[in-house]
Amino acid sequence: MERVPTPQTASPPATGAAATSPVRLTINGMDQALTLDNRVSLLDLLREHLHLTGTKKGCDHGQCGACTVIVNGRRINSCLTLAVMHDGDEVTTIEGIGTPDHLDPMQAAFVAHDGYQCGYCTPGQICSARAVLEEIAAGIPSHVTGDLNAPPPLSAEEIRERMSGNLCRCGAYANMLEAILEVADTQGLPA
Amino acid sequence: MTVQTSRRGFLRASAGLVIAMALPLPMRVMAQEAAAPSAANPPPIPPNAFVQIAPDDTVTVVIKHIEFGQGPLTGLATLVAEELDADWAQMRGALAPANTPLYANLLMGAQGTGGSTAIANSFVQMRRAGAQARAMLVAAAAAEWGVPAAEITVAKGRIAHPSGKESGFGAFAEAAAQQTAPEAPTLKTPDQWVLIGTDLPKLDTAEKSDGKAIFTLDQYPEGLQVVVVAHPDVFGAKVGSVDDTAALAVAGVKAVRTIPQGVAVYADNTFAALKGRKALKVTWDTSGAETRDSAALLAAHVAALDGELHEAEAAGDLAAMDAPGVTVVEAEYSFPFLAHAPMETLDGVITLGDGKAHAAFGSQFPTFDQPAIAQTLGLPPEAVTIDVMLAGGSFGRRATPDAHLAVELAEVAKAGGPGSYKLMWTREDDIRGGYYRPMSVHRFRGAVDAEGKIVGWQNLVATKSIAAGSPMEPMMVRDGVDSTSVEGSIGLPYALPNKRIALANVETLIPVLWWRSVGSSHTAFATEMFMDELLQAAGKDPVQGRLDLLPDGREKVVIQKVAEMAGWKGAKQGEKGYGIGYAKSFGTYVAQIAEVEDRGTGYPHVTRVWCAVDCGIAVNPNIVRAQMEGGIGFGLGTALFNAVRFGEGGHVVQSNFNNYRMLRIAEMPRVEVEIIKTDADPTGVGEPGVPPIGPAVANAWRALTGKATRALPMLSEEIA
Repeated sequence: MERVPTPQTASPPATGAAATSPVRLTINGMDQALTLDNRVSLLDLLREHLHLTGTKKGCDHGQCGACTVIVNGRRINSCLTLAVMHDGDEVTTIEGIGTPDHLDPMQAAFVAHDGYQCGYCTPGQICSARAVLEEIAAGIPSHVTGDLNAPPPLSAEEIRERMSGNLCRCGAYANMLEAILEVADTQGLPA
Repeated sequence: MTVQTSRRGFLRASAGLVIAMALPLPMRVMAQEAAAPSAANPPPIPPNAFVQIAPDDTVTVVIKHIEFGQGPLTGLATLVAEELDADWAQMRGALAPANTPLYANLLMGAQGTGGSTAIANSFVQMRRAGAQARAMLVAAAAAEWGVPAAEITVAKGRIAHPSGKESGFGAFAEAAAQQTAPEAPTLKTPDQWVLIGTDLPKLDTAEKSDGKAIFTLDQYPEGLQVVVVAHPDVFGAKVGSVDDTAALAVAGVKAVRTIPQGVAVYADNTFAALKGRKALKVTWDTSGAETRDSAALLAAHVAALDGELHEAEAAGDLAAMDAPGVTVVEAEYSFPFLAHAPMETLDGVITLGDGKAHAAFGSQFPTFDQPAIAQTLGLPPEAVTIDVMLAGGSFGRRATPDAHLAVELAEVAKAGGPGSYKLMWTREDDIRGGYYRPMSVHRFRGAVDAEGKIVGWQNLVATKSIAAGSPMEPMMVRDGVDSTSVEGSIGLPYALPNKRIALANVETLIPVLWWRSVGSSHTAFATEMFMDELLQAAGKDPVQGRLDLLPDGREKVVIQKVAEMAGWKGAKQGEKGYGIGYAKSFGTYVAQIAEVEDRGTGYPHVTRVWCAVDCGIAVNPNIVRAQMEGGIGFGLGTALFNAVRFGEGGHVVQSNFNNYRMLRIAEMPRVEVEIIKTDADPTGVGEPGVPPIGPAVANAWRALTGKATRALPMLSEEIA
């Protein structure tokens, strides 16, 4: 996953009145202009300010992937980044991917293959899975890619490696893998 | 997903009137019912308690079990739909609110989910509810059309008469509500089933795919304050002194209150609450606390095996082990404390005001949680309502006989005054919050004679009782033996003519709890590892050796089946090791074979797992398979990586997923599951997939490398 640089700001106020900043960003295609406490994470902005609760809080430390969203086309852990750092950015959450009547292919594949149990990690899994296929299509190698000069293969091994940042405590991995492979197959990515 | 809980609204589906209105009469019938209700003989059903039919033809089944991934929402709806002759596409599910008389688990006598009982206790009750609703719809149609009810047919959600009259359910919902429900309608025979036993799409999947599913943490009632609690950092400690000056100076922090559980910080938002908690200066009184570290705790368990023992099972004469010519095998296995670590941490929302409290959270035992909230707040029980929310996993964690989370939620509201509060445990609170699978030590002594026959089997178990001191104690503890401490150690199907299983109860202040598969999470592990060691001493193959010890029956069938699936040829084949694990838990028989490789990392890499399961009638085969796969992933990650350790002074070492490591998708083996077809009544599948995988992997690893696992987890220092 992409690492977000440390913000180059002055030292934050210790306590007392919070420093705030205006921030303007596009979330699921809608412009949002807000004034935010500088220390609010992107995750808490989505959940607490906008009530886009599909993005889940699982560990708040970038270790479980439940809060994965897409920022400017790249997946990130929204708990690890401050909202004010995303001025001008485009954010896509699970709510912006598809609706029950018009499910995105990845959502439909998760339904068809029953890629979840409790469902708490699911939004992060789906956001991550879509980004994984885009990363492979863009030729970005992973830890298990053998030949760094050739396009990475669309193999189960590549998908398993690239999805390893998204934990599922229920252990519903087998069906998730089937779902992702089906979408990859449909999209005609190189095997 | 939750149903309306106001007394009248509860009787209606959102889209209009629903079947039957008369709650008081059946409730009276229930009260007069002399015979205790049971799963086989369910109490009379208040007609609308379980089935709500709306004018738009949708059928909502009110699900009396919490849904946190094991599938009861789909499973119970399947049972209703089958007898209702509904079309699967019209079915919906909604979680029932707290209401013990209506929604008791018939195997527990309390409203609660656990012990893999959801399908087993509902199998007759839910089918009967569907059959009653069908009969009432037919009666209403017969009256409206002026035809005999016997001439009416129902299939796939359509009511039809040979005259050509036809209707959906919705048009008759209100008229059906005026009909009398037949008390004991005839249920279909298995050959008539069209839904039970087929793979149906789960009912909760679409809304879990687009972020619409609402979990406890996703609720934002008006005026909500977010609350986090600073808990003592060792078990049994109490708040000494509190300096909240810096905490109160944090922007957004509203209040700080000391409650019996610790120090609660109230804030406008999560960030401020966490920041405020960090700024607290709390000293803890640890005078009565549990301050032993893991080594001392383990030593106490080992020592307990030489102390007072409670006999759990005995047969024959263990003196056979001292006869000349027998080979004696001894082994001791230790198991660590384990956290459940569900993806959604413990949390709850409560609104207090006007002499009432309304809580909404993943209540796994509403029968315990509702009175606990009422008592804490000094309210009459009827003034407390609970909406049971979808929960992001539990694995036993939300089923607490002491209702500690509900009590903490109520204490937060009590100290905060009228208003709405969201109590949130962080991941660190969750990992360090106790209610662990208890530590245990199993000491085995066994013997085989010159012919390879097992002539002695002694298993001494040391662990802390889960039930002792809880409301469950009278039901679960007999003569010092907590059934959950020895289940999986006693009642083994293997021919063991001379055996003794005895228990040492260990006292600690660390709160312990059932953890997915409860006692079998360690007992089956130890038993199946020791069985392999004894069979090796007897010169026997792990699979054939087990089969030779078993009578013809369901356990033998699953072992034969899994061996056939895996093409079993022996425990070591070239560079791969193979191991078997078998366990019956919660009435379900499961055998698994694991294939492992040694990649030089110090722990087994599990590449494939074969699993045969006999859970009686498989109501939803796709859910059965998913639960076996999930149980294997859950059990495997635990066996390889997990321990909650206590450091100096009794502080929990682990804190988050960096040092309490989950199995990741790249580590998930390829799993093949086969379900044995039987006509036995259904048993549970939420837990029984877990017990066999650990010993299967450990046995495979020993076969491959010669290394016997004596202490769990297999990767002894959990970070790798």
